[in-house]
Amino acid sequence: MSNIRKAFENGKAFIPFITCGYPDLETTGKVVRAAVENGADIIELGIPFSDPTAEGPVIQKANIRALEGGVTTDKIFDFVRELRRDVKIPLVFMTYANVVFSYGTEKFIKTCSEIGIDGIIIPELPFEEKDEFEPTCDKYGVDLISLIAPTSDKRIATIAKNSKGFIYVVSSLGVTGTRSEITTDIGSIVKVIRENTDIPCAVGFGISTPAQAQKMASLSDGAIVGSAIIKIIEKNPENSAKAVGEYVKSMKNAL
Amino acid sequence: MSNKKGRFGVHGGQYIPETLMNAVIELEEAYNFYKNDPEFNRELTELFNEYAGRPSRLYYAEKLTKTLGGAKIYLKREDLNHTGSHKINNVLGQALLAKKMSKTRLIAETGAGQHGVATATAAALMNMECVVFMGEEDTKRQALNVYRMELLGAKVVPVKSGTATLKDAVSEAMREWTSRIEDTHYCLGSVMGPHPFPTIVRDFQSVISKEIKAQILEKEHRLPDAVIACVGGGSNAMGSFYNFIEDKDVRLIGCEAAGRGIDTFETAATVNTGRLGIFHGMKSYFCQDKFGQIAPVYSISAGLDYPGIGPEHAYLHDIGRAEYVPVTDDEAVNAFEFLSRTEGIIPAIESAHAVAHAMKIAPQMDKDKIIVITISGRGDKDCAAIARYRGVEIYE
Repeated sequence: MSNIRKAFENGKAFIPFITCGYPDLETTGKVVRAAVENGADIIELGIPFSDPTAEGPVIQKANIRALEGGVTTDKIFDFVRELRRDVKIPLVFMTYANVVFSYGTEKFIKTCSEIGIDGIIIPELPFEEKDEFEPTCDKYGVDLISLIAPTSDKRIATIAKNSKGFIYVVSSLGVTGTRSEITTDIGSIVKVIRENTDIPCAVGFGISTPAQAQKMASLSDGAIVGSAIIKIIEKNPENSAKAVGEYVKSMKNAL
Repeated sequence: MSNKKGRFGVHGGQYIPETLMNAVIELEEAYNFYKNDPEFNRELTELFNEYAGRPSRLYYAEKLTKTLGGAKIYLKREDLNHTGSHKINNVLGQALLAKKMSKTRLIAETGAGQHGVATATAAALMNMECVVFMGEEDTKRQALNVYRMELLGAKVVPVKSGTATLKDAVSEAMREWTSRIEDTHYCLGSVMGPHPFPTIVRDFQSVISKEIKAQILEKEHRLPDAVIACVGGGSNAMGSFYNFIEDKDVRLIGCEAAGRGIDTFETAATVNTGRLGIFHGMKSYFCQDKFGQIAPVYSISAGLDYPGIGPEHAYLHDIGRAEYVPVTDDEAVNAFEFLSRTEGIIPAIESAHAVAHAMKIAPQMDKDKIIVITISGRGDKDCAAIARYRGVEIYE
């Protein structure tokens, strides 16, 4: 069983997303450790991309700020090596296809495996294009995470049957970012997933409050939160680790 | 040439969020049906001929030919189309298709504003809502086109993210499409993006080469020796090349915007300075750094100021069927002025890149050789910017 799947055995999973290098890697390291200490089950580490087409304004800005600060793929690999000295929970990268492809797919994924990255999420890699990266991910034992969207409809079964690690259920149409309300019928999507696989599924996009997280996790196996965490880092430049830690604790407790 | 998943050699594909997959599958199915539907084709031909003013002229530029002293030069006058550029060909096709698919709203990206104006025009004609995304930098460079789109009833959204140019407008239009799919068609303006767009746009633009072929056979009783067109994403070039791909003796030459030169960072010459990557839904060549971050490109031409190139062009480059040459701002501005003075035709600054290359090669060719240059658009929109380039402070 993969480390990612094991992370879902400890009740509902809480998965925070953090853009590496926003505002710098030192802060990212502190924020990740605070999230782990306060109950995060998996950490999603964003490798910034110049043109993040699946992101709303908050994470777009974090990507640009991180790149302006000089973060690169190589620096993030070094950062993860350092993180892995004490961080034991599963780590997954979230990045764009060109970041992986341009680095050299084989070299990128081999490095992921060596430094202890358990999975990769690529938001513009639908089922039809999985072959771009999946054979290499399989070779090195890195889970390529599949996404299912509110529009997936008849595609859900096929995607679910071929998934690895966990399934990322996109809660709403549009890009990442906090929403006051999630109207998608998540329950029905998860039902089809469950009929086709025993791989766990977590819901992301638009979640910011403990009540939303509780509701989404009650319908699935966990909740993913990104923009809300980036906002906390932005608003608390002096003590972002402490603020994120408190937030993670409140979210995990609500699940 | 393209398989089921929209590949051109290694290029193309569908690298898009899962949220959009059913939308592009639905589009592909609708297109595959309507492209063979006699009624659809009758309606489209009527729009082309009665509304857009097709066929566009193939004009023998006698003065230009004599001044350059070499090959005989013909101009394919896409600038004479309604809305002033080739963009209307694709837009009428896609708007009609969207209408058949019961979509009520069109969204589009635009660089120079030509595609935005064409989309706003088609939306007005077909009673559809229209939202155009345009880089904030471009809304300043092309203020008149912003007004024109608003006059036609479209909403223009200035895009502030990234470099605030064409690539950011494409990104923002894609983001918008993921948030509203049910009633909205993304009317992509070039032979780029995820499958089936490169194929759909190429097919609608291929009317250009279909006409060139018939017109040149009528006038010269033979095919041209070279067809030259400017390339950003590459829609007018793909349209100009397509029906000549199998005619191996016809040289196909795409002119990329080199900006201040391909040895500088201020360039948008994708084939000449970029490398293979995955972006905006497709695998193709992109200007990027060693970690795959997309480069902030530059050209005087807002319409060519894009860090990628359509996948079919990338393929034609790979197999050596088409050549892609860089043309600098300076060369394009000279050609803009030269064509205006010799023929009384003010070309779009984009098209001036193709004219500039013809000015280089025509004098070296024999007088019995024939060149066709596609004048993809008219240059009225560029006059103020070119004046400023020459140090004359005028504003529209």
